[in-house]
Amino acid sequence: MSAPLLAVRDLAVRYRTDEGDVPAVRGVSFVLDQGETLGLAGESGCGKSSIAGALLRVLPRGTEVTGEILLDGEDVLAMKPGRLRAVRWTELAIVFQGALHALNPVQQVGSQIAEAVEIHGQSLTQERVAELLELVGLPARRARDYPHQLSGGQRQRVLIALALACNPRILVADEPTTALDVMVQAQVLALLEQLQQELGLAMLFITHDLSTLTHVCRRIAVMYAGRIVEEGPSEDVFSRPAHPYTAALAAAFPVIGDPAFRMRPSGLGGDPPDPRAIPTGCPFHPRCPVVRDECARTDVELWPVADGRRAACVRVLDGPGAGTA
Amino acid sequence: MSVRFVVGKVLGAFATLAFVLVFNFFLFRVVESNPVATLYRGRNLTDAQRDELTRQFGLDGSKLEQFVRYVEQTLQLNLGRSYATNRPVIEEIWAAAPQTIALVGVATVISMVIGILMGISAGWRRGTTQDRVLTSTSMATWSTPDFWLGMILLTVFAVQLGLFPTGGIEDPTSGATGFAKLLDQAWHMALPCLTLAIAYVGEFALVMRSSILDVMREDYLTLARAKGLRDAQVRDRHAVRNALLPSTALIAINFGFVLSGAIAVETVFSWPGLGLLTTEALRGPDLPMLQGLFLVFSASVIFFNLVADLLYPLLDPRVRYS
Ligand SMILES: Nc1ncnc2c1ncn2[C@@H]1O[C@H](COP(=O)(O)OP(=O)(O)OP(=O)(O)O)[C@@H](O)[C@H]1O
Ligand SMILES: [Mg+2]
Repeated sequence: MSAPLLAVRDLAVRYRTDEGDVPAVRGVSFVLDQGETLGLAGESGCGKSSIAGALLRVLPRGTEVTGEILLDGEDVLAMKPGRLRAVRWTELAIVFQGALHALNPVQQVGSQIAEAVEIHGQSLTQERVAELLELVGLPARRARDYPHQLSGGQRQRVLIALALACNPRILVADEPTTALDVMVQAQVLALLEQLQQELGLAMLFITHDLSTLTHVCRRIAVMYAGRIVEEGPSEDVFSRPAHPYTAALAAAFPVIGDPAFRMRPSGLGGDPPDPRAIPTGCPFHPRCPVVRDECARTDVELWPVADGRRAACVRVLDGPGAGTA
Repeated sequence: MSVRFVVGKVLGAFATLAFVLVFNFFLFRVVESNPVATLYRGRNLTDAQRDELTRQFGLDGSKLEQFVRYVEQTLQLNLGRSYATNRPVIEEIWAAAPQTIALVGVATVISMVIGILMGISAGWRRGTTQDRVLTSTSMATWSTPDFWLGMILLTVFAVQLGLFPTGGIEDPTSGATGFAKLLDQAWHMALPCLTLAIAYVGEFALVMRSSILDVMREDYLTLARAKGLRDAQVRDRHAVRNALLPSTALIAINFGFVLSGAIAVETVFSWPGLGLLTTEALRGPDLPMLQGLFLVFSASVIFFNLVADLLYPLLDPRVRYS
């Protein structure tokens, strides 16, 4: 059996700050195969973007990243700088969160796309830029625009075109629809789905909105406090959650454009834990609607629930049929 | 950039200039109410002589008449006559300005280039030894008084080691012409220019460093790195270009201080420019000369501030297209 396209094993990310270390990701593993779609869901601050940044090693200097990120069996974390630069954008590309700030405000968007093409040694840059813009549904003349001249949706399309510039096999989309209004959200989502299928991309789709993921992704992983707490085929996870946190996320009705929803999509009381002070046992227990005495003491791990499904909740151990609320 | 914006800035500059003009008039009347009496103290002047001098210096008539005449003459670039030499002030200023522009201009350009490079390498490697050394050097030179630095350099390199001339703009005995003369002048300029460059470099370095630090937090640098650019490419193509924008204003404003920037250093090195002219005029005091210098210095600062205001939108597309 050949190695999977992307295999992340026991990934941990610790930011170093003046106020101490921030363990933003604490042991995350997942696999992404050619042409597959995996969704990553969870509240703000649970470590989703940190995972995206770790995949290409673009987190702030000094950040400690441990574990393994195997691209075709080769560990990204062990790559030499030259090899790493060659792999960036050609194997894996990221549609970064926050399209307004991800683009350089004083350069034309076309030249920012062209730069990626040119850095990896492809020629015919202008034609390629036009082709990429048309691929994402923008007229080629938009290449001469500066980011602030584009609408939010157009900027997001530019970022997608930019991510596709070097024909990567893996596309990471970090909250590509968050800042957009509903109509545009739907358009951008449709575009990503279409491109993923046409180009046969493997896609890691990050969002805090579980219902979006079930449309776009075949599998989803739900994160809480720097760990995956549930994973499985998206329909199953969404309709029959095994973890009470997933249940809360799935039950939440997305209030689009409402920042409060973005901060607390679960509709749960309480705040997600500060990564510097994560509760003992199951980190979710202080907010859990079905908490038990043992939860504060038990170190939960991803236990199998059913075929291809796992969840980190002691209730899983009760056996089948012990579904949650 | 709208026409309204430009017109607004230009009108603003003229308003400031007009204020300086008025202020200038009153400032010097307050300082000295009867210069003729002061200048010719101890000498016997006849009434006729005194009246004649008073008229020559434009001090006859009521304050209002004087003011109207002053404004009229200034607008015609007539800045009066120097008490000391009795030559028109504008001519004296005109003769001294090129030396100052050469000295301070060269020093500004050198310190700007070096300072910006220092700021970039310090900021980009924030917290490293390199950053600490560059930053503390910048702070030290920025806070060093330039005349003091000038005197040290003069004593060591000119007086003790004899490597450079001790002052002036050229060797009066050499009689060199053409290129040789130019070389001699450059030789004379070296020490004062070095003094000024050292005095200026720190400000450029510190401003550029902080611009780089601001830019370094930006998401577009992460994207640039993720695309596969080398560290130096991320720095030069994205960080430096964007960080230079806020520094442009500082640079333009600094050019405004070229004319007035070297009063102390020109005096230390007897460099015959506007600074030396100022020191000599202060000794008199040569009021019309001081008044003229003050006006020219202010006008230059106002002009380059205007340039800075107008330049920024041209460089930043976010402002240009809105
Ligand atoms: N550069 C950094 N330095 C220190 N802490 C950081 C840094 N970046 C992120 N963090 C912290 O790490 C945790 C995870 O951040 P991350 O951006 O990965 O979350 P996220 O799941 O993407 O959230 P969001 O939905 O808001 O994008 C948060 O607590 C955040 O405050
Ligand atoms: Mg994020």
